[in-house]
Amino acid sequence: MSALVTPPAGTAAPGSTPVAGTTVRTPRPDLRRPSFARLVGVEARKTFDTRAGLWLCASIVVLAVVASAAVVLFAPDEALTFETFASAIGIPMAIVLPVLAILSVTSEWSQRSGLGTFTMVPSRGRVIAAKAAVAAVVGVVSMLVAMGVGALGTVVGSALAGTDAVWDSSVSSLVGIVVANLLGMAVGFMLGVLLRSSPAAIVGYFVYSFVVPTLLMTLATFQDWWADLQPWLDFNYAQTSLFDGWPGGEAWAQIGVSSLPWLVLPLLVGLWTLRRSEVK
Amino acid sequence: MIEVTGLTKTYGAHRAVDDVTFTARPGRVTGFLGPNGAGKSTTMRMMVGLTPPSAGSATVCGARFTDLPNPPREVGVLLDASAQHAGRTGREILAIAAQTAGLPRTRVDEMLELVSLTSTEAERRVRNYSLGMRQRLGIAVALVGDPEVLVLDEPANGLDPAGIRWMRDLLRGFAQRGGTVLLSSHLLGEIEVVADDLVVIGRGRIVAQGTKAELLASAGTVVAPAEPTDGAALVRALGAAGIVVTRTHDGALSVEAQPREVGRVAHAAGVPLAGLRAADGAGLEEMFLELTADTQRETPAPLRTAGVAA
Ligand SMILES: Nc1ncnc2c1ncn2[C@@H]1O[C@H](COP(=O)(O)OP(=O)(O)OP(=O)(O)O)[C@@H](O)[C@H]1O
Ligand SMILES: [Mg+2]
Repeated sequence: MSALVTPPAGTAAPGSTPVAGTTVRTPRPDLRRPSFARLVGVEARKTFDTRAGLWLCASIVVLAVVASAAVVLFAPDEALTFETFASAIGIPMAIVLPVLAILSVTSEWSQRSGLGTFTMVPSRGRVIAAKAAVAAVVGVVSMLVAMGVGALGTVVGSALAGTDAVWDSSVSSLVGIVVANLLGMAVGFMLGVLLRSSPAAIVGYFVYSFVVPTLLMTLATFQDWWADLQPWLDFNYAQTSLFDGWPGGEAWAQIGVSSLPWLVLPLLVGLWTLRRSEVK
Repeated sequence: MIEVTGLTKTYGAHRAVDDVTFTARPGRVTGFLGPNGAGKSTTMRMMVGLTPPSAGSATVCGARFTDLPNPPREVGVLLDASAQHAGRTGREILAIAAQTAGLPRTRVDEMLELVSLTSTEAERRVRNYSLGMRQRLGIAVALVGDPEVLVLDEPANGLDPAGIRWMRDLLRGFAQRGGTVLLSSHLLGEIEVVADDLVVIGRGRIVAQGTKAELLASAGTVVAPAEPTDGAALVRALGAAGIVVTRTHDGALSVEAQPREVGRVAHAAGVPLAGLRAADGAGLEEMFLELTADTQRETPAPLRTAGVAA
């Protein structure tokens, strides 16, 4: 394996210059493209091996506990239901998870580690796909952890209040929340791919998910044509159906159609430019 | 083996790299020289697929870099030692490289030992590394896959004298075992010691290339008469033989001729010599400055004194 660093004895006399074309090297039959699983393993490792990444993941648990504690302390007894806990925990999650998705992409540029990453794996599309897979798994696992914390909060909260624990969230509404958060992460990921800069993508995410919806809602109150089209063209608006029970066929269609201009198209443009851009 | 053919990169109207063609051969160290902004780093980035070329192509080990199945096992690349996530430890960066290339974890410790980073240093975050430590880590990453080809952009930058000597031995040994080395550097003395072949570029274009011996053949001779008073006589004798004396410094003369010829002239003129040798370090520097003179930033214009007597 160490043909160059520790060569077999007598490969070349010191001072001699081998004739061009001679190869004094061990053959390497193991030259294979890294498997996708290996790339996912590498990217998963890179998500947690910096303080920023570690704290971001730890903050998911910490914020879930803090949010649950706040509910126990401040919510009236009759509101100590699982749904209250779930929505309280959901707010920090909706911010932290997309930032995690953004940084997984943009740190390669902002920290310039992309120079190494993309020389070791020149097919940039595969690296980005591996990052997307890791982000999705981290997202689902964090949400399961957060729901666990929420369930614990419900049990503890009701025990402290002396009431019965109220489990008022259906499985489908919980899955709806998971899907909504994954879409939020997808938006963050898309912005990371498109902008390839941590500050730009994070600011972009807040504009996208807090400023743009307000503007579009305002537009709808003044322009009837937009009020009619909004369910089909406003991605944020279409997602609200995920939070009131399980969306029906039409609601899913609206989510799908509105994702085209707001998620799919910019993601494709981002991937196209990313694969052709200069890494330096 | 690295083959670069007609590589060109334009940024807007600016041709950073202009039709660069050269070959870096196995068993040899190829030095890549040029003034600041000449296009060395850009050429290297194009070779490893980080920058898409505007025209031309480059192959490494017979294939385009981006078509190599597992690049780190074939080509070791160090373009910028500071381009690492500042929050990772040195060991972690090596471990990521080893894992990506599909190598066993034991490789990490082997590499740390090879580049003389101690285990406490390896546990430090790269943010806190000195320039030379980053450079050593970068070299470790480049070598982790036991590659056949090395592409190194200013690898000696920031290394201490012992580090520079270690690097020189490493590159020579690598080439002697049949590896191909392409390295850029501004340390001409280093290049002169380590390189077999040279490629010199200025403003994106190749201005000279060939073996070091060929390019330095005309570098001339440094000759010192035993008695300083003989200096004038020696200059006269050389002039009579049609040999140009380019420069004198501390009693020695720089002469545009081979040592053998200069010795003969001195002997014929009856001038005893204290020293006679081929111009070396200065040779490459002279050649470099001469070749890139019209692409240099610092034009060797005479110093002007500010208008004192305006
Ligand atoms: N993205 C870019 N846009 C515009 N110009 C660029 C870009 N990248 C590089 N250049 C220009 O290309 C030229 C070559 O730069 P390069 O970094 O390759 O030089 P170099 O030979 O490595 O110099 P040095 O010895 O200082 O490292 C420079 O003039 C640089 O300003
Ligand atoms: Mg450079």
